[in-house]
Amino acid sequence: MPEAVRRSILDGLAMPRNSAAMVAPCPPATRFILRGGREVAASVGPAFGAAPPLEPLRSQTVGARSALWMGPDEWLLIAEDSELALGAALEAALASVPHGLIDVSHRQGALEVSGPGAARLLNAGVMLDLDISAFPVGMVARTLLTKAEIVLWRRAPDLFRVEFSRSFGPYVVAILAQAASDQDLC
Amino acid sequence: MTGDNRVQSGGRIDRAKPIGFTFDGKKFTGFAGDTLASALLANGVHLMGRSFKYHRPRGLLTMGSEEPNALVGVGSQESRFTPNLRATQVELYEGLTAVSQNNWPSLSLDFQAVNGLFSSFIPAGFYYKTFMHPKGAWESLYEPLIRRAAGLGRAPKARDADHYANLYAHCDVAIVGAGPAGLAAALAAARGGARVMLFDEQAELGGSLLAESAARIDGKPAADWLAATLAELAAAPHVTLLPRTQIFGYYAQNFLAGLERVSDHLASPDPKLPRERLWRVRAKRVVLAAGAHERPLVFPDNDRPGIMLADAARGFLARYGVTPGARAVIATAHDSAYRAALELAQAGVAIALIADLRPNAEGEWPEAARKAGLRVETGAAIVGTRGHLRVSHALVAKRWADGSAGRGEAIACDLIAMSGGWTPSVHLFSQSRGKLAFDETLQAFVPDVSAQAERSAGACRGAFALSEALADGAAAGAAAVSAAAPAPVSVEGAPAAHGGFLGLSPPHGDPQKSKAFVDFQNDVTARDVTLATREGMRSIEHIKRYTTTGMATDQGKTSNMNALAIASQALGKTIPQVGLTTFRLPYTPVTFASIAGMSRRELFDPVRQTPLHAWAAENGATFEEAGLWKRASYFKRPGEDVKAAVARECLGTRERAGMMDASTLGKIEVVGPDAAEFLNRLYINAFAKLGVGRCRYGLMLNEAGYVMDDGVIARLAQDRFHVTTTSVGAAHVITLMEDFAQTEWPDLKVWFTSTTEQWATIAINGPRARQMLEPLVEGIDISAAAMPHLSMREGHICGVPTRLARVSFTGELGFEVNVPADYGRAIWEAIWAEGRKVDCVVYGLDVLLILRAEKGFIVVGQETDGTVTPDDLGLGKMIAQSKPDFVGKRSLAMPDLAREGRKQLVGLLPDDSQFKLDEGAQVVDAIAPAIGTSALGHVTSSYFSPTLGRTFAMALVAGGRSRIGGTAYVTTMQGTALVRIVEPIFYDKEGKRLDA
Repeated sequence: MPEAVRRSILDGLAMPRNSAAMVAPCPPATRFILRGGREVAASVGPAFGAAPPLEPLRSQTVGARSALWMGPDEWLLIAEDSELALGAALEAALASVPHGLIDVSHRQGALEVSGPGAARLLNAGVMLDLDISAFPVGMVARTLLTKAEIVLWRRAPDLFRVEFSRSFGPYVVAILAQAASDQDLC
Repeated sequence: MTGDNRVQSGGRIDRAKPIGFTFDGKKFTGFAGDTLASALLANGVHLMGRSFKYHRPRGLLTMGSEEPNALVGVGSQESRFTPNLRATQVELYEGLTAVSQNNWPSLSLDFQAVNGLFSSFIPAGFYYKTFMHPKGAWESLYEPLIRRAAGLGRAPKARDADHYANLYAHCDVAIVGAGPAGLAAALAAARGGARVMLFDEQAELGGSLLAESAARIDGKPAADWLAATLAELAAAPHVTLLPRTQIFGYYAQNFLAGLERVSDHLASPDPKLPRERLWRVRAKRVVLAAGAHERPLVFPDNDRPGIMLADAARGFLARYGVTPGARAVIATAHDSAYRAALELAQAGVAIALIADLRPNAEGEWPEAARKAGLRVETGAAIVGTRGHLRVSHALVAKRWADGSAGRGEAIACDLIAMSGGWTPSVHLFSQSRGKLAFDETLQAFVPDVSAQAERSAGACRGAFALSEALADGAAAGAAAVSAAAPAPVSVEGAPAAHGGFLGLSPPHGDPQKSKAFVDFQNDVTARDVTLATREGMRSIEHIKRYTTTGMATDQGKTSNMNALAIASQALGKTIPQVGLTTFRLPYTPVTFASIAGMSRRELFDPVRQTPLHAWAAENGATFEEAGLWKRASYFKRPGEDVKAAVARECLGTRERAGMMDASTLGKIEVVGPDAAEFLNRLYINAFAKLGVGRCRYGLMLNEAGYVMDDGVIARLAQDRFHVTTTSVGAAHVITLMEDFAQTEWPDLKVWFTSTTEQWATIAINGPRARQMLEPLVEGIDISAAAMPHLSMREGHICGVPTRLARVSFTGELGFEVNVPADYGRAIWEAIWAEGRKVDCVVYGLDVLLILRAEKGFIVVGQETDGTVTPDDLGLGKMIAQSKPDFVGKRSLAMPDLAREGRKQLVGLLPDDSQFKLDEGAQVVDAIAPAIGTSALGHVTSSYFSPTLGRTFAMALVAGGRSRIGGTAYVTTMQGTALVRIVEPIFYDKEGKRLDA
């Protein structure tokens, strides 16, 4: 039996860049949507490694584990390592509280947008105020990049992660490529 | 020509950089820093266009974005041609190619100017009266004629070669207008540390300071103060300076839309540069420093080339070193025109006369003019002009006390510089929904009550003098950042100017017999406005629409106040009583492409491709669109036509096996202790007792009782369901689930997560389907005994986790393999490799639709249209009668939804077995029904079935089930076709093949 090859939606796509910003694909990650009341946040924290924040639009990162606030009863858990039994461990930790834990590792893809012009590049299609004072490091928001729904997450002053629904990947790249070209000289 | 009318020094042009350009095919030369308007003037060209209605020769009226006359088409390539640009805003670049508009055969000889001779037949509202009869002639005759004769510019025929950028921005203080007030506001706000954005429509920031040669600010010449100010702002870290950016719209919550001209001014722009950039700006505070527009005087024949606003004449000289004439008559009612006269005289322009409408002119500027020896006549009116393609004489007369004037004395001139005073630019303030008030002293509407976090500063609220504007701007900028107003800067050499006149200039003789233009761009005269009032128009909104005054692309920037004054006088009311029309956006015309921005061509919409798309493309798929998704319709082999491909795929699937990419199927994971209860309430059928590992076909209604979506629901655990929806309905269904859970049943502990994109879904159908999967699947017994129809198991396939369902939408033995999306193609290829051993086919959506219809399976949105109940579809038995409630249940009990004779789903077999009915065709009960007869229903699906060797259809037909066994007719493009009405199932009625 042949071994199954994993293919990213971004395979083969040229990554946009200009004089002030660049875009790079993120390696595959394990992702879960965690849903439930605030008690699930407390229960899952120790097992996951990063406690889901209760403060809206914020994230918590510890090592390779990050918990992103998506809504009052929803978090996106991202594990940038590869622990195969993570789902089972989280389910075990959550056994006593009503919750929903859904593996969405393949549902989404991700890009990193970095450089001094990263915020401006994103603002070609993102309507949010991305000034560091309004959108600090660690802030996360569900928003639109032109016509694609994305999760925008600031990991460092000049580094954003863009999570997108898998099939929107080529569109997100194409919009960023057009914007990077538009902004290269002005 | 190199510009005979250029002074030796002065202005902001670079005489060392000559620039060649063409206008109407003729070559000219200007300088870097010129606009098309200033360069043409320098070359002695005043005639730049023909008027809209009468085709009268026209030249420049203004020097800015408010220009109504000098509209030109620019662009040497059709793909970059832009009509209706204001020559005053077109920056000169090497090779610029411009053409005049609205003339034939040429600008100086225009046959359609014959309109002028018949102009007494086309007064205001002429199209409402003259062209109403005979009926129908408007569309076939009059409108095409008028469109050819009138109209400004032509639309380019080639596809736009440029691209257009978009940028969202936020700031603490947005300042619109970089004249003295705007600059002072920006300085004050920036010094407070705020994020400041300063916008100006011109290529250079500075506004009136760019043409300021006399004043000193803060002890420095105005130009030096401007340079120092711009340098300070440019160096400030949080300040964004945006020249060439027109704020054209002011929306709610301090949202401004601006259009930046990025590369139109460049001779050979880098192809990377967008042509324009649309700025969408959200500002905490807005300072409007939009300045003021000078008003024309409304006297007969005030529109000849060579008649322009006084400060425009001065501006062309001060800014571009151009003398707009050799001998000027100044017609004014405002002091500022005296300044123009003085500066023109200094540059060598002969000032024949300053004719001031006012009985007295005593301000500093008139005194200076007299001191300089200029001839000043007060109480003097212009009562007419002479000249054809350029003004040759002004007719100057004494103004009488009764409001009329005497016979005019002809004074030779090639320039009339006129000023009726200044109108504050309140357009953006008005767009912001701010309330205006009429200032009796200024005789102008000025901002009164702000509707948003906004403040006007400078001339746009009547603070005209330079010192006032600077102080007002500084105060507004400081206030925007809650700082104290800075100490005022000193200003010398800029005395205040006063005066003004509104309405029709005192006429000699009957004003109804002359053309005194109010709205230059729409060719509306004072006579048109008074005619409108005589014909019964009382509201300024009606007068505006009847005469079209103020309705041109310039939005009446130079005309509104004069029109209002003429109307108010005719109606015997005050100006505030007559009121003001709405200022609409955009402030100046905006390209459609800039609004579309990046969303054009390939980027118009996201194109969603499944994980299996590339394989399908490589294997001959033809795609169709399903929402944003691309789905394969069929896979043509070389030499095959569509029909042959579809037949091969259909028969291959029924006889052996077929594979299809079903990844677009909507998938929602419903999880939580109350998940079963939730689904029980949402769907018409029962889910509480569905066993773990089993699936059930579910039907969902809206609250009105009509079928909304369907899909197969699998129970993976007590508290976990894998729900599928239609491909197009997925987003709507999950939103609806959230809605019900949050608003109707917040007590239920259940959560929903879209997993459509988590899984690649591969459907395998046909008698050999199991054979293909068996070698690949691990940990699941897929034998008929262990895995019955309508079940789902979790396990592995080729080492990858899978949710494997046994379901069928074709009536054949069927499986659906769900695997994580990134593995989709690998697993597909592995199954395909097994499939080839059993002569499997790959099939597309066309085949799926035929195969399901043969089995009578519905497609939501095809067999349903939002008015169809489960019983209409013959699915009434699915309703779980035991359930106390479900969404739509109560509506199903309404009389109309339960009555006899509703349209019901039936099958149709055309009498001619090879004739395919049209989907949507009407079903009738007579071969030639009388006109007015209601249809019995319509065809919902119609196909040729390769399996049956004949055509068949499904239809919704009134009382359909009771008609089974009978006949009906279906409309076709050639009369009606006889059909037999049958049960809506055409193949394997017993369902034996499912369990193969």
